[in-house]
Amino acid sequence: MKHTATIRIALRALRRNKLRTALTMLGIIIGVGAVVAMVGIGAGAKAQVEAQIATLGQNVILVMSGTTTASGIRTGWGSAGTLKVEDADAIAREISGVAAVSPEVRSAMQVAAGNQNAMTQILGEGADYFTIRQWPFKSGGSFTEQDVRGANKVCVIGQTTARTLFGDADPVGEIIRIKQVPFIITGVLTPKGMSMMGSDQDDVVILPYTSAMKRVMGQTMLRGMNIQAASADVLLQVQDQITTLLRQRHRIQPGRDDDFTVRGQQDIATMATEQSKTMTILLAAVAGVSLVVGGIGIMNIMLVSVTERTREIGIRMAVGAHGSDILLQFLIESITLSSLGGLIGILLGILSSYLLSTIAHWPTMVSPASIVVAFLFSAGVGIFFGYYPAQKAAALDPIDALRYE
Amino acid sequence: MKPVIQLENLEKTYQSGEVEVRAVRGVSLTVEAGEFVAVMGASGSGKSTMMNTIGCLDRPTGGRYLLDGVDVSVLDRDRLADIRNEKIGFVFQGFNLLSRTSAVENVELPMLYSRSGKSPADIRARALAALATVGLADRAGHFPNQLSGGQQQRVAIARALCNDPALILADEPTGNLDTRTSVEIMGVFQKLNDSGITIMMVTHEPDIAAFTKRNIVMRDVVIVTDKLVEHRHFAAAELNQPGAPQSTVTAA
Repeated sequence: MKHTATIRIALRALRRNKLRTALTMLGIIIGVGAVVAMVGIGAGAKAQVEAQIATLGQNVILVMSGTTTASGIRTGWGSAGTLKVEDADAIAREISGVAAVSPEVRSAMQVAAGNQNAMTQILGEGADYFTIRQWPFKSGGSFTEQDVRGANKVCVIGQTTARTLFGDADPVGEIIRIKQVPFIITGVLTPKGMSMMGSDQDDVVILPYTSAMKRVMGQTMLRGMNIQAASADVLLQVQDQITTLLRQRHRIQPGRDDDFTVRGQQDIATMATEQSKTMTILLAAVAGVSLVVGGIGIMNIMLVSVTERTREIGIRMAVGAHGSDILLQFLIESITLSSLGGLIGILLGILSSYLLSTIAHWPTMVSPASIVVAFLFSAGVGIFFGYYPAQKAAALDPIDALRYE
Repeated sequence: MKPVIQLENLEKTYQSGEVEVRAVRGVSLTVEAGEFVAVMGASGSGKSTMMNTIGCLDRPTGGRYLLDGVDVSVLDRDRLADIRNEKIGFVFQGFNLLSRTSAVENVELPMLYSRSGKSPADIRARALAALATVGLADRAGHFPNQLSGGQQQRVAIARALCNDPALILADEPTGNLDTRTSVEIMGVFQKLNDSGITIMMVTHEPDIAAFTKRNIVMRDVVIVTDKLVEHRHFAAAELNQPGAPQSTVTAA
């Protein structure tokens, strides 16, 4: 028998029971749609995290004062001032794989310019900070090494702060006051967007760390440092060397906890992508369960259909259908159900990801690979769950089947 | 010329639990080409088993069965299906048409499963020709539920005809029909037989058996009577008689 005829027979059987066909497909539609949408959400989240990590800069190592666990109590990063400017100098001087070091202090404060004022993040950094974080200027430029040494009253501002205080005007050369101390703006940074923690990285005023410590914050300890390794190859090595050096300088006995935390960009990236990967797997697993449930629905309906059509099977066999013809007929029915359902499900999945990203502003990314996998999986579900009923039909004895009432 | 059916000492035993049931015991029978045979017998007489075997739906447990000169008692499931497709046309008591499938598509069914690979156009032409033979050329597009019982049985006969079978097997073809329609159907069979087709049918009614040429009676799983019909009825003549039975079923 020609396969085209078998396909026609199978499709006609599906057309006859439109409502049943549609309801059976619905299980697969929802399953596949959920898989595509969930994987899209997961992939979107992962891409967003990766983009945020990329905003940190390249081969960056963050050193924070304070420990993550001190005597069993978790204190956050930067919670205790344990790092000194001398520590930063020592790292720059003694570790060969370090390309640049920028000591960091940070505080939230009121800033004013003209009659405008705003609450913003004040960062004290070294002159290399903008190179380390690969943060280009929109206009003007960085403060210099001399400014840092002389604790000069200069600053760089972020895009959000510039807009808040100066509107659309170019603020380079203008003056902003922090705690009544006037600072001259040397440059405006390009926007960098949200950080991984969800704060606006562009709502910021960056001073030389010396100026920030002496003139604004009045503190002597650092919150942390941004360090750039010379290359990705030496990153881990440099991380270890920093730890060893700081333990020596802080005279920490072997076996005692560090009073600082060193985090490589890779660690942060791994941690964050692990999280989003876990989320993706979780979402896909939930969606996958619904796909399996849809498959069981197909099997159920196919079993009912085989029983209902026992006589038809008997007639077909009596006039010369082989068992394989009957098997193929029912298998084509179930594969058509599942793959058509899969196609509609993919469209539904793409549509719902699109809606989620436009209406709810969730980052979603539907990859062609996930579509192909979802489709193949749904066709596979059809074969897997359709085989048993089809096999049952093919194994019927023609005499019994003809007698079936 | 080879006989169409040649049964040699046919045996069929079923295993029903611990008990062996002998459904047919040592039946030998020869049916030549062009014969028109009626098989009669009470239920349990073994006629169903014999007909299933002759129809290649079942295999004998002993003896030999040659259909059109081919020993089919040794063939497997798929080869039996091919033999049914090429050499046998079935007509059932309950018509056994596919519902929600038009008359012409029902007739096409055996050709769809034939291994010779006819083109769809050829299949359609042959199906329409077969419908014309049974006088239903104008009902090709009708569905079974739009046809009367007699018309449905004609569609079934057309389906049995379309692959040019060596043998038409009919299982109580008039069992569900009124008298006049039964005679009409027997008329169709007689016409086919006149054109040279071998027909074997099961019936309970001696009146219907009288339309055939040879009657076989089975009792207690063996053949007890096998004789030629002496006073044969002719459907064409009966239907033209005044006072002939009127059909109670009107054509749709």
